[in-house]
Amino acid sequence: MTDSAISIKNVSKQFGDTVVLRDINLEVPKGQVSCLIGPSGSGKSTLLRCMAFLEQANAGTILIEGEPVGFVDGPNGRRRQTAAELRRARSKIGMVFQQFNLWPHMTALGNVSASLRRVRKMSKAEAEAIAMRQLEKVDLKERAHHYPSQLSGGQQQRVAIARALALDPTIMLFDEPTSALDPELTGEVLNVMRTLADEGMTMVVVTHEIGFAASVGNKVCFLDHGKLLFHDTPEKVFAAPRNPRLEQFLDTYLDRGAFLVQ
Amino acid sequence: MTWYLFQLLLQASLMTIFVSVLSIFAGLGFAVLLSAMRMSGNRVLFGGAGLFISFFRGVPLLVQLLLIFNLLPVIGITLPSLATAIIGLSLSTAAYQAENLRGGFEGVPIGLVESAEMAGFSRLQTFIYIRTPIALRMTFPALVNEAILILKASSLVSVVGLVELTKMAQNLAASTYQPLPIFASAGLIYLVINLIVAFAARRAEDALPGLPAK
Ligand SMILES: Nc1ncnc2c1ncn2[C@@H]1O[C@H](COP(=O)(O)OP(=O)(O)O)[C@@H](O)[C@H]1O
Ligand SMILES: [Mg+2]
Repeated sequence: MTDSAISIKNVSKQFGDTVVLRDINLEVPKGQVSCLIGPSGSGKSTLLRCMAFLEQANAGTILIEGEPVGFVDGPNGRRRQTAAELRRARSKIGMVFQQFNLWPHMTALGNVSASLRRVRKMSKAEAEAIAMRQLEKVDLKERAHHYPSQLSGGQQQRVAIARALALDPTIMLFDEPTSALDPELTGEVLNVMRTLADEGMTMVVVTHEIGFAASVGNKVCFLDHGKLLFHDTPEKVFAAPRNPRLEQFLDTYLDRGAFLVQ
Repeated sequence: MTWYLFQLLLQASLMTIFVSVLSIFAGLGFAVLLSAMRMSGNRVLFGGAGLFISFFRGVPLLVQLLLIFNLLPVIGITLPSLATAIIGLSLSTAAYQAENLRGGFEGVPIGLVESAEMAGFSRLQTFIYIRTPIALRMTFPALVNEAILILKASSLVSVVGLVELTKMAQNLAASTYQPLPIFASAGLIYLVINLIVAFAARRAEDALPGLPAK
């Protein structure tokens, strides 16, 4: 067996006639941070969502720690996993969305403890004790009894990270976790993610934070028009981009960076 | 019009409140079940729920009550008029509440459902713990509106022999020959009850935490 946390083989995806992912092959090593970058509409979210089977790939296989997610090969060919099989395959994954997606009718503590109570069938007290520790990790213990509407965007996203961590996933998927935030709030979220990376969590991060990708990422994947054009260490990708599309993409960021400095 | 007569009306209004409250909550529970049937992806359940809703929204409540009242004995069920009244009212309100809730369920952002899936919730758990509470909150004003309509519509259950506020007023008017003050008092009692409900609902709405952001 490989040492890959996620193994993506020949994955293609189309919405109707629009081809969104073209024959993607990618191994996400355990304990590493892989950053997905690329222009808007290049298929980053779709690829991440395929890993969690929130989208169904039209072709190819996706293995999470060697186990198939979404489809299994049976005696009569490929079949969809049952709901229970899918839940089991997904249980290793925690997902963080761009829009946080916190449940508005539950407090921060309620959001983090819900899966422990409903899925793990823990008592309320037991679940909340664990949830409180997760909230402490993201520095939000004092906000435990606040509702999402009473929290800043950065705080909401940190609650969402705590919620995703509650069931002890081994892999965390992030879809542009700071894109919906005011610029001054991105730091607190990126810091939590950095700590998580330091603890050895396997992470796949779709991001436009080139600085984060460069300093925290072990690998950077560049997606363009549904193709994985480049997949290498941040040094190789950012210091000496060889690919014209990648160069062009990075230039737009450097331009913007230069503009912001002035 | 004496204090004694007014007390009789007040006592009868307790029956109105009892029947209405029970019907409203039973109806709401049934409406959630109808919503689940419509969202189940099963064509038989979907069709059944649709038929039920069309029937109870299309036939006047008075006719429904008379139908149930006369149908039950024919199929060998004898129920006290209180039970008949509650069944009639709750089935009727369930159809309207299900229609109200439809918009709420459709308005639950898909991301909230996906995050529940990723947290390991089954479809049923997602329905119970995520979709339903959010749909109820989003449609709360419409649900309260329907509750007030039911309080008023409960005046119709006198046709199945239940003595509630309206029936008591009719009885007293007939025996005292003072219809005007008696019906005016009954109307006043309905008005006060509904004003209290509306006030309580507004307070509750303010206290309900978090609707999903637009
Ligand atoms: N549910 C969908 N239905 C149809 N087209 C979609 C859907 N989701 C994404 N797309 C299309 O797929 C392409 C890639 O989208 P996405 O993966 O969200 O890109 P990115 O995250 O890189 O911005 C876009 O052209 C988008 O319009
Ligand atoms: Mg995206």
